[in-house]
Amino acid sequence: MKNDRGDIELAGVCKSFDGVTNVVDGVNLKIADGAYCCFIGPSGCGKTTILRMIAGHEDPTAGEIVIGGQNVVGLAPVQRRTAMMFQSYALFPHLTVRENIAFALRVRGQSKTDRLRAADAMIEKVRLTQFADRLPAQLSGGQQQRVALARAAITEPRVLLLDEPLSALDEQLRVQMRQELRRMQQELGITFIHVTHTQLEAIALADLVVVMEQGKIKQAGAARDVYAHPHDRYVAAFMGGQNVLSGRVEKVNGASFTLAQAAPSGIEVPLQARPSVSVGDKVDIAVRRDDVALVRPGRDLPPGYTTSLPSRVLAIEYQGYFVKVMLDTVPDDEFVAYVPEKTFFADPFTVGDVVMATWATGSALPLA
Amino acid sequence: MQPSPSPSSSPNSSPARANLAGWLYVSPLVLVLVPFFVAPILVVLAASFFATDGFGGLTPGFTLTSYVEVLHSALTLKLYLATIKFTVLTWVFTLIIGFFVAYFLVFHVRNQLLAIGLFLLCTVPFWTSNIIRMISWIPLLGKEGLINQALLAMGVIHQPLEVLLFSDLAVVIAYVHQLTIFMIVPIFNSMARIDKKLIEAAIDAGASRFDIMRLIVVPMSKSGIALGTIFVVSIVMGDFFVVKVMSGGGSASVVSAFYEDVGVLQYPTAAASAVLLTLVLVAIVSLILRTVDIRQEIAR
Repeated sequence: MKNDRGDIELAGVCKSFDGVTNVVDGVNLKIADGAYCCFIGPSGCGKTTILRMIAGHEDPTAGEIVIGGQNVVGLAPVQRRTAMMFQSYALFPHLTVRENIAFALRVRGQSKTDRLRAADAMIEKVRLTQFADRLPAQLSGGQQQRVALARAAITEPRVLLLDEPLSALDEQLRVQMRQELRRMQQELGITFIHVTHTQLEAIALADLVVVMEQGKIKQAGAARDVYAHPHDRYVAAFMGGQNVLSGRVEKVNGASFTLAQAAPSGIEVPLQARPSVSVGDKVDIAVRRDDVALVRPGRDLPPGYTTSLPSRVLAIEYQGYFVKVMLDTVPDDEFVAYVPEKTFFADPFTVGDVVMATWATGSALPLA
Repeated sequence: MQPSPSPSSSPNSSPARANLAGWLYVSPLVLVLVPFFVAPILVVLAASFFATDGFGGLTPGFTLTSYVEVLHSALTLKLYLATIKFTVLTWVFTLIIGFFVAYFLVFHVRNQLLAIGLFLLCTVPFWTSNIIRMISWIPLLGKEGLINQALLAMGVIHQPLEVLLFSDLAVVIAYVHQLTIFMIVPIFNSMARIDKKLIEAAIDAGASRFDIMRLIVVPMSKSGIALGTIFVVSIVMGDFFVVKVMSGGGSASVVSAFYEDVGVLQYPTAAASAVLLTLVLVAIVSLILRTVDIRQEIAR
């Protein structure tokens, strides 16, 4: 067909089901052609509604949805050339794998031989050849997922929309199917939009991670940006891996400022992207859990480590390649250090020990 | 089979005990079925082989006379043809109406409360007796009924239509009126269990409304259609009252014939006809069950 571009632009998209509250509230976003984009957020944040609006199963209350340069609001899914893979797959239970996959071609009026040939080629692509004549109920979860993927992909859509595609699978299979999704996306070379509430899934797969809360986009960017440089407390807490601390600015010194804390020295924070702060402001900062080192009181801090906060060890969890040490460093927030396994066991702590939680100045990130 | 112990084979329940429990589970059904179904059928079956003195007296024995008589009579074939005609017509109309009413309730009424309300509305006619429902057609269809008067007043016809009441048309109308609910209920039930996501997935694939009905809804409502068909077919084939009242005595059915036999004390022929009808119905029902695996569909 004429336009194979699968770039998407959402402009001021709003959706309200009751006319009072906006489930999706003024979303603006650009997704490049051929990108793997993950929408992530807690349930009820509007991510599935956005997906359904892009798919054409829901109309936006306001705003434009542009695919390949064309406003698609009001068009049927077929005219948009999108395809959706439903949560829990929605396979037709009375049709075999082959018939399920050929369904879209059948309703498009393709001849039986043509559509079965196309379906068989697709079945081979998702490695289900030996299951082609089975009914969905006779397949495992992972196989059903592959049928759903094949059924969506057979129409050669320019955008494939996946609604929590891995949530029905167990942990091991999820990791395996995650790779399969990525492989299919690269093989098909089309835009994938994937809705999930698992941050690991999002950062493992996506070129573009979109973090949502209450109908609004909190942050959108490359996986590493969103994970390592969260904009605010919400994104930092949701993506995980960060300790969030708050306090008042005690003094501002050029490119950095000092945050008042229980520690005698305070916490020195580089300004980085944050425009400016003034004394007395309440500021949130984030410190990556794997940037925190634990030192016994009285020992020397590693070079460059200026901040050190006295803490008590609350709990210890062994995680394999690292050890998760929970501390009472800050009164109201959780504070955790991920200590590499070998470092930890060279001088193991026990619950109740007093330690200094310390990190390099550059590790502290001011949040909006 | 899994080697792991299932809850039913816990150590203190021996196979004999499990067996007893099984019998206890089915006993209420057995207590109802044996006196009210199995025993009467056996009585009828026995009577069909007895001889009669022609005045209602039965001579126990074994003779096939009644069957020969029934099967040799040209009337039997005519009656079966008439009954099958009513059955097929009623089935077609109840199926069409029942399917679309159920389809509307399940897929077009968004508000579930409203759907249940409308569903209950379908049962309103059943709050009065069968006889009153039939009689209530008379002022509508009769010679001086509303329809005839309206058509006369509009000048469409110049003489009242006779076919409206006391005719085969009236019989079919009365049957459809009475039995559509038996189609609506099972079809509604099987349609309601279709996951709405499937419809959405079909739309996503580009299916039209007609495609969805043809490829998704109808195949997935098969069990409901089959159940409704069994209800309607067995009720129409086993009925004589509607035929008698609505045809004004002009038409007959299989059952009305053996009702007449009973009236003139010909019990063995009546019993033989009844056994024959039962066999025909069993054949029809098993044919339906063979086409649609109801048990599997219901377990879905």
